[in-house]
Amino acid sequence: MGFGVPAMSISTSQPGATIQPGQDSLSGAEVLLRALKDQGVEVIFGYPGGAVLPIYDALFQQNAIRHILVRHEQAAVHAAEGYARSTGRVGVVLVTSGPGATNAVTGLVDALMDSIPVVCLTGQVPTHLIGNDAFQEADTTGITRPATKHNYLVKRPEDLARVVHEAFYVARSGRPGPVVIDLPKDVVIARAPYTAPPTLAHRSYRPQTEPDGGQIARAVALLKAAKRPMVYTCGGVINAGDAASAALVAFVRETGLPCTSTLMGLGAYPASDPQFLGMLGMHGTYEANLAMHGCDVLLNVGARFDDRVTGRLNAFSPGSRKIHIDIDPSSINKNVPVEVPVIADAGRALEALRAAWRADATRPDTQALAEWWRQIETWRAVDCLRFVQDTAPGSIIKPQHAVRRLFEITRQQGRETFITTEVGQHQMWAAQHFHFDRPNHWMTSGWLGTMGYGLPAAMGVQIAHPDALVIDIAGEASILMNIQEMGTLAQYRMPVKVFILNNEYMGMVRQWQELLHGGRYSESYSAALPDFVKLAESFHAVGLRAKTIDDLDRVILEMLAVDRPVIADICVDQKENCFPMIPSGAAHNEMILGPQHESRAAGITDEGLVLV
Amino acid sequence: MASPFDTTFRSATISVLVENESGVLARVIGLFSGRGYNIDSLTVAPVDRERQQSRINIVTSGTEMVIEQIKAQLDRLVPVHRVADLTREGPHVAREMALMKVVGRGEPRVEALRIADAFRARVVDTTVESFIFELTGSTEKIDAFQELMRPLGLAEVSRTGVAAIARGVGAI
Repeated sequence: MGFGVPAMSISTSQPGATIQPGQDSLSGAEVLLRALKDQGVEVIFGYPGGAVLPIYDALFQQNAIRHILVRHEQAAVHAAEGYARSTGRVGVVLVTSGPGATNAVTGLVDALMDSIPVVCLTGQVPTHLIGNDAFQEADTTGITRPATKHNYLVKRPEDLARVVHEAFYVARSGRPGPVVIDLPKDVVIARAPYTAPPTLAHRSYRPQTEPDGGQIARAVALLKAAKRPMVYTCGGVINAGDAASAALVAFVRETGLPCTSTLMGLGAYPASDPQFLGMLGMHGTYEANLAMHGCDVLLNVGARFDDRVTGRLNAFSPGSRKIHIDIDPSSINKNVPVEVPVIADAGRALEALRAAWRADATRPDTQALAEWWRQIETWRAVDCLRFVQDTAPGSIIKPQHAVRRLFEITRQQGRETFITTEVGQHQMWAAQHFHFDRPNHWMTSGWLGTMGYGLPAAMGVQIAHPDALVIDIAGEASILMNIQEMGTLAQYRMPVKVFILNNEYMGMVRQWQELLHGGRYSESYSAALPDFVKLAESFHAVGLRAKTIDDLDRVILEMLAVDRPVIADICVDQKENCFPMIPSGAAHNEMILGPQHESRAAGITDEGLVLV
Repeated sequence: MASPFDTTFRSATISVLVENESGVLARVIGLFSGRGYNIDSLTVAPVDRERQQSRINIVTSGTEMVIEQIKAQLDRLVPVHRVADLTREGPHVAREMALMKVVGRGEPRVEALRIADAFRARVVDTTVESFIFELTGSTEKIDAFQELMRPLGLAEVSRTGVAAIARGVGAI
C-alpha cells in the first residue's frame, strides 16, 4: 500500500491517546481507498472532477487499486456492471458531483433493474455548501434514491469507513443492486479514523437465504404429482453464483423436467442440453412459450413474471399451479399469484428441492412426463428460429446468419467467449442464435433496455478477463450511444470486438412500426451514419466491413484474429424482422412465427397497443 | 392469511419501525408515489432515541395483493427494522388527534360547544366568536365531528394522522 503512512493501529487508537506523528492521520480519501481494498476491490471505473480531486490524488499515490478512465460516467457504471456480471463480484464506480453523478443515473437504474451489485462513489460539494446551489452541486442522494438499492450521504469523516463497508454488504446481499455513497469534498479531505469490515450482522438488513422446509416439501409434492411440469429460470440463478447454476442443472437432470430461461438467465442451464427449450417470452421459442402455456405445474427460479415473459397476464400459463423461488419477498405475488412461495437464495433452494425430491418416496408420473415431452418435441419440430440465408455470391446477409456464424466460429476456436449486447433486434437475435453453456458469459440490459450498454459493459468484462474474447453484438443505432468508449478501449489496449448488425434502422422500432403502426417509419431510419471503418481507425482500432455473404466469414475470422479492438460493420438485410414474436397484449399461444403470421399483429387491440 | 387472489379493496394500518436516519421518510414516501400506492394518512416520530429508531404509521388501501406488496417493498428498504400490518395481525388501537377552529356567534356557537361536549372534545382556545377544539379518537370519530362542525362555522382543520399500536402483550 502506498498511502504514505503506516496503515496500522488506526482503529485501535483511543480518543485522547497520544498520536504518533504519521499515525492515525489518514485522510478521508485514504480511508476510503483502504476500505475498498479491504473489500477486495481491484479496479475502479471512473472519471475525475473537482469534488473528487482528493480521491484521485490518493489513487495516484497507491498501487493496490487500478483505475480505468472512461469517457462518460454512464459508461463507468455499465463497465462496472459488466465486470460484476462476469465475475460475481461488486463493480465499483467513481464519479464527480453534479453532472458526474447525474450522468451515472441511467447506469444505476440499469443495475437496479437487472440486480447487479455496484458501489458508486459520487463526489459532492463540501458539507457547508450543500443546499446552496453551489457549482456542480446536485441533490445526488435525492436523485438516486429511486435509482439505487440504497444510498448514503457521508456527512462526518468518522462515518466513512463504516458506510463503505455497509455499502458493499448491501450491494451484494439478498437481491443485489447498486448503492451510491455521496462524498462531500471536506469529508474526504479531513482526517478520518479507519475501521475494519464489521463481523456483526447488519442492524436492520438481513435477507433470508435459507428456504423454509415446509414450502420445499409442498413444492416437491406439487412437482411429483405434475403431469406437465415446467422449470422457468432467470438472473436470480446467475446472481446466486456458480453453485446455484450447478444445483439447477443437477435438479433438472435428475427430475427430467423441461427447462426454459428468460433473457437474463441464459447460460445458467446449458443451451446445448436437450432438456433446455430455449428462451421464453416475447421473442422466445415456440416450444418454450407453448410449454409455459400448457404446463400444469410451473417452477419459477429467480424470475419475476415480468411483462416481456408473461404476455397478457390473464392468459399467462392459465392451467398451472405455481411455485416461486425468489430471494426478494416483494417479487412474490407481484404480477402473478403463486401457490407455493419459497423465499431463499436460488442455489440453496434448488439444493433443498433436490434433497427433498430424493427423500420423498412418491414416484413421479413418468408416463405423463414422457407424454409431455412427446408434445414438447412436436413443438420443437416447428423449428421456430429457422431463417433462410441465400448463399449465392453477392447475397445480402441475414442478421440471424451473422450471429449464427459468429457463434459457430467462436465455438470452433474454443476460446472463452463473453457476449454483451446493446438493445433491440440484434439483442434478440444474439439471445436466440448465440448459445451459452455457462453462466456469467452473457451480459445484456434486460430490464431497463439501455441502448449503449454493450460497449462499456464489454470493457468491464475485458478488464476482468484480459485473455478472454469479448464481443459486443450491437446495432448501428445503439452503438452510437456510447461510441466514445472506443477511446477507452484504445487507451487500455482492450481487444474488445464490436460486431454491428447494421440494418440502417432502429430495427425493433421499425419492426413495431411495420407490424403495429401501418408501416409509418416515424424517425426510425438511421440517417447520416458514420463510416464505421473510418470511425474505428480514428479511434486506433481496426475497422472491417462485410457487405455481402461472401465477406462474412472472412470478416469474422479477421476480427477474431486481431489482438486489438475491432469494429466489424456487418451490413444486413434491412427488412428482416425478429421472430417468433408475441405481440404486446397477446398470450403465449398467439405467437407470430414469421412473416406468414404478420397479419395477427393487426388484430392487436388498443389495450395491447398501450403496452410497450 | 387472506388469499392473494382476493380482489376486494381493504384498508390497512401498517406500522414501520425504521432507523432514524436522514432520508428514511423520503424513501418510504417515494416508494408509495413511485409505485402508485395510496397513502390515506402517515405519521412519523422518533420513538426510541437511544436506539435511534422512529416509527412510521401508514394507513393505506388496496387489494390483498397490493397490501402484501406494500409490506414486502417496505420490508426490503435497508433502514427498515420491522413492518407490522396491524389490521391483519390482530386487534389494535388507532387514534388521531385533530384541532378544529369553529367561527360563529349565537345559536351555532352554542350548538358547536354542545356537540364538542358530546364528543369529549376539549376547548383549547376561545374568543367571543371562535373556538379551537382538540379531539382525540378514531379516524371515523374525527370525520364525524368534522362533518357536524361544518355547518356550524368550521374554518380550519389540522389533523395528525393515525398513531396505532397492537392490543395485548405483544410488541412490534
